[in-house]
Amino acid sequence: MSILSVKNVNKRFAGLQALDEVNIEVEAGIVHAIIGPNGAGKSTLLNCFVGRLMPDTGSVTFNGISLLGKSPHEINQAGVSRVFQTPEIFGDLNLLENVMIPTFARRDGAFKINAWSAVSDENDIEAQALSSLEDVGLIDSARVTASQLSRGDKRRLELAMCLVQQPKLLLLDEPTAGMARADTNNTIDLLKTIAEKDITMIIIEHDMHVVFSLAERISVLAQGTVIVEGLPDEIKGHPKVQEAYLGGAKL
Amino acid sequence: MKWLNIDKSDRLLLIVFVLAVLLGPVIMTPIGGGYPDLLQKFAIFGVFAIGFNILFGLTGYLSFGHAAFLGIGSYTAVWAFKLLTMNVVPAIILATVMGGVFALAIGFVALRRSGIYFSILTLAFAQMSYNLAYSVLTPITNGETGLQLRQHDARVIDGLFGVERTDALPTTELFGLSMSGWSGYYVCGVVLIITFFISLRIFRSPFGMMLRAIKSNQNRLSYTGVNTRPYTLAAFVISGMIAGLAGGLMAATDPLAGAERMQWTASGEIVLMTILGGAGTLVGPVIGAGVIKYFENIFSAFNHDILLNVFSFLPEALQQAAATFFGLFVGEGWHLTLGALFMLIVIFLPGGLMEGVNRILNMIRRRSSSSGPPAPAPAADASVKAGE
Repeated sequence: MSILSVKNVNKRFAGLQALDEVNIEVEAGIVHAIIGPNGAGKSTLLNCFVGRLMPDTGSVTFNGISLLGKSPHEINQAGVSRVFQTPEIFGDLNLLENVMIPTFARRDGAFKINAWSAVSDENDIEAQALSSLEDVGLIDSARVTASQLSRGDKRRLELAMCLVQQPKLLLLDEPTAGMARADTNNTIDLLKTIAEKDITMIIIEHDMHVVFSLAERISVLAQGTVIVEGLPDEIKGHPKVQEAYLGGAKL
Repeated sequence: MKWLNIDKSDRLLLIVFVLAVLLGPVIMTPIGGGYPDLLQKFAIFGVFAIGFNILFGLTGYLSFGHAAFLGIGSYTAVWAFKLLTMNVVPAIILATVMGGVFALAIGFVALRRSGIYFSILTLAFAQMSYNLAYSVLTPITNGETGLQLRQHDARVIDGLFGVERTDALPTTELFGLSMSGWSGYYVCGVVLIITFFISLRIFRSPFGMMLRAIKSNQNRLSYTGVNTRPYTLAAFVISGMIAGLAGGLMAATDPLAGAERMQWTASGEIVLMTILGGAGTLVGPVIGAGVIKYFENIFSAFNHDILLNVFSFLPEALQQAAATFFGLFVGEGWHLTLGALFMLIVIFLPGGLMEGVNRILNMIRRRSSSSGPPAPAPAADASVKAGE
């Protein structure tokens, strides 16, 4: 059963056809990678999933509900969490607070004025946040200000913030961009453990090492269209992919 | 069951704050500030600054038109004195409500933008209110003269209770307690304590946490499933209500209201107070308000003769030179002192006076811990807690 279904999506920016009749079906419970050369339209497509961009035509449905025209918080409340290319965290707050905020958002919804209760009484929320920090291995720095973390740890924190909400779909935009090799491998291991938790993941990625370590299905985007889709093994040797993506070089 | 539902460290803070307010006259007398009019100003601007800080300190939205709510609160309160009663309770309640109503309307429009555009929108609204008060709204605001009490005002509620009319202008009171002098200060002081307590609760609540998240990364917060607009609007309305309350108190201690209270310089002053004391900290804005009002009073009262006296120990030529030089910084020129102080603080203590206090506290802590066992120093947590 497909959890996210993209049908005939077109998006045009002043003279550039960024997305041209894109069709993608993402099966529930798998890791689906979207790859493609620079400028292929990967980020544009992702932005159409989360309400940041509105496609000109076509439909994006998640679990049968259209995501078009919905604002980012509504899409999140529907069960879609997003990890950004540059980790987006609450830099001024400590790690525990960073994870407690999404936990509150899951429990209280998009808006609730609970100005009279104390955060320190929210033992349940705190326990959930701490366990999520433990899952990503950051429990020891729970009281550290988030801006002091390394790039890799910021990514871990961002994942903890997404996972504590128990999303049905997790979108990852180049999760290892700008990371050192060791950090990249740690992140891959972490993502593998997440993949076992019955969370569907869509990964947009440049790094082939990351893609082939994780993906169970791959869509290749070039010049705004899906040129090939299939299992990793099929993609690896596909002549079209080599031509478009690798410029003919052997993988 | 926690006492008043606040943590131990906050309880200590609250007790110290209450003591400081109650002992205000005792604390301020040795440094020449021990008279009721000045202390009333401390308390009123303290309330105003606490309200401003809930918006600016927590969400980071810099309103440059907050004095409009102060002015609206004052006009509302004076009208309450004229039409209803000289008792300050209805006046203060109505001032708070009107501040909230206007904040709701202005915030609804201005919060569509953030950053500098938000600041400009709020500034535009405040200047509009200011100009309207001088022009078309003269029947309500009494224009340049300012809104004042008259012997023949209706005062319906006072009439019902058979309060006698005399030839003299009536004075404001709280169930017989005069609103001028020390009793007036203590009424303002109690309101300050209540406002501080509300602010403390908001700071420690999940709602306050969301507001801080807005300041830190609004984009992430919306992708976390939070609708940020109603949060900022709620903060704006709370902040506007407290500004209205401060305006009401201002009218309660001195029952007249003028449009100059809404001018942009007044809005700028509250920004200065908050930043000077430490935006986003609990007590910083109150301290900032106190420091600015204190300096205004002390330095603006100095004149050339007083300075000559101060430097009388110097030879005559030097005495004249010193008095002339420092004359630039006092009297009319006290803004120069304020400007210099503000620049020093922003450059060396970007976190305001509270950052200075924290640095000193940390230094003491480090010194005491070097003699004993090494104390765990969770840097981030300590600065957050102690800063408030």
